[in-house]
Amino acid sequence: MIRVLRQAGLVIALPAVLFTAWWMATLNSANFYFPPLRTILGTFGEVWTGQRFLDDVLPSVARLAAGYLAALVLGVSVGIVIGSYRRVRAAAEPVLEFLRAIPPPVLVPVIMIFAGIGDGMKVLVIVSGCVWPILLNTVEGVRAVDGVLAETARSYGIRGISRLRHLVLRSASPQIFAGARQALSIGIILMVISEMFAASNGLGFAVVQFQRSFAIPSMWSGILLLGLLGFALSLVFRAVEARALAWYHGLRRTQRSS
Amino acid sequence: MTRSDSPGGGTATAVPAPGAMAAGMGAGPARRRWPGATVGYGLAGLAIFFGLIELLPRVGMVPAAYLPPTSRIAEALAVEFAEPAFWTAVADTLTSWIAGLAIATAAGIVVGILIAVVPHLREITASSIEFFRPIPSVALIPLVVLLYGSDLRSTLLLVVYAAFWQVLVQVLYGVQDVDPVADETARSYGFKRWARIRHVLWPTALPYVMTGVRLAAAVALVLAITAELIIGSPGLGSRIAIAQTSNAVPAMYALVVVTGLLGVLINTGARLAERRVLSWHQSVRGEVIS
Repeated sequence: MIRVLRQAGLVIALPAVLFTAWWMATLNSANFYFPPLRTILGTFGEVWTGQRFLDDVLPSVARLAAGYLAALVLGVSVGIVIGSYRRVRAAAEPVLEFLRAIPPPVLVPVIMIFAGIGDGMKVLVIVSGCVWPILLNTVEGVRAVDGVLAETARSYGIRGISRLRHLVLRSASPQIFAGARQALSIGIILMVISEMFAASNGLGFAVVQFQRSFAIPSMWSGILLLGLLGFALSLVFRAVEARALAWYHGLRRTQRSS
Repeated sequence: MTRSDSPGGGTATAVPAPGAMAAGMGAGPARRRWPGATVGYGLAGLAIFFGLIELLPRVGMVPAAYLPPTSRIAEALAVEFAEPAFWTAVADTLTSWIAGLAIATAAGIVVGILIAVVPHLREITASSIEFFRPIPSVALIPLVVLLYGSDLRSTLLLVVYAAFWQVLVQVLYGVQDVDPVADETARSYGFKRWARIRHVLWPTALPYVMTGVRLAAAVALVLAITAELIIGSPGLGSRIAIAQTSNAVPAMYALVVVTGLLGVLINTGARLAERRVLSWHQSVRGEVIS
């Protein structure tokens, strides 16, 4: 019991101190750019509940989800193809290295030429940025499938879909998840940036709008919301990963302790 | 913190840090030899890629106003290369990149080692680090615009924020990896705290630090160019924005290609630096022997 309390205390202590420090430091702040935390939190409730939640937060999250999932499907499927054939991999590698090295936000103006400034553009931007880490990690994961396992599967006559599902995807999944995690943070960045460029709704659009109209407490509340969104998504991701890779983490624990 | 995002899991051609390897990350050290055949395939792949981009607009599959053929992009690239303003922009971008990376690396290493050395600090800070790390750095754009306008400082702040976490998290993984026996041995030989940091902690953490720096270098470039693109501080990013608004499509593509080349250069350079610094380390030495 005492250990649990101690643990909880350790988790909460520093955030509580930081929160209090921010609260106290800005308590009577007359600085226009740093309004009191009380005001920001008050605005947070006002701004982000109700209509704005439907108009800005939901579309942003929906675009992120659509782009991210599309990138996941595309990256994994193309990655499996490229990773399975040595020659295809050798041919594709320099091109992929180059495409991956392009900073994704730079693609926003390029994609705007093709897709205008609608929802399609934003989803496409997110896909174009998220797909690389997933694709390259899948290639690497598929390439590194354990030789003994592959031979075993072959001598048992496991091929086609079941080989893909039980051997290839399984062994590549830790790598795929590592890529998917990188892609998630890129996705959030691109969601915000594509909306800052040209949009009529969305979180990034709203925050920039507040900044331009000098609605400082609202702007701060938007920054807070973006932070919370990033944090929440990483929690969700970790929960999914812990479930999907439970076998892998267990395996590593036993290997480690032996 | 799960350890699955430890070094080696990140990018395809990482030299995995020892922890990740021993734990069976699967990939093992990325053994790259470039026999003639592989290079040939690679060149063929590039040729096909550039050929497609040349061909698609020529046959009208894609309007040339949207995607100019490779030759037009190359022309625009040559024009850019001849312009002094272009080189100023490259220098501006690289300045904020290297300055941001240096600050973030120094801060990440110092904070990481401090957290490792001071008792209980790790438990106390864990929750806060887990909270701050996923906050997208672009969320800070409106704030830095208000504070610094389209100044170099705006770019620098964003770059430092994004790169800092990459370094810090890897340093924290690294210091966790210290061999207790080595540490106890150093202690019983009367090594003082500073000497133990220098001779036990630091060599253990170094492979992780290098992974962190390599990841941070890539992130720093992305953020530097993003900040220029959105805020308009001088550099390659704002040059792209100008090309876009003035509808100079080939020039825009040429600049995008330049950012990609810069990225490739930085990635390769970081990997080479990593191998050099860690030439004594098992993960690199093992590769040479085998």
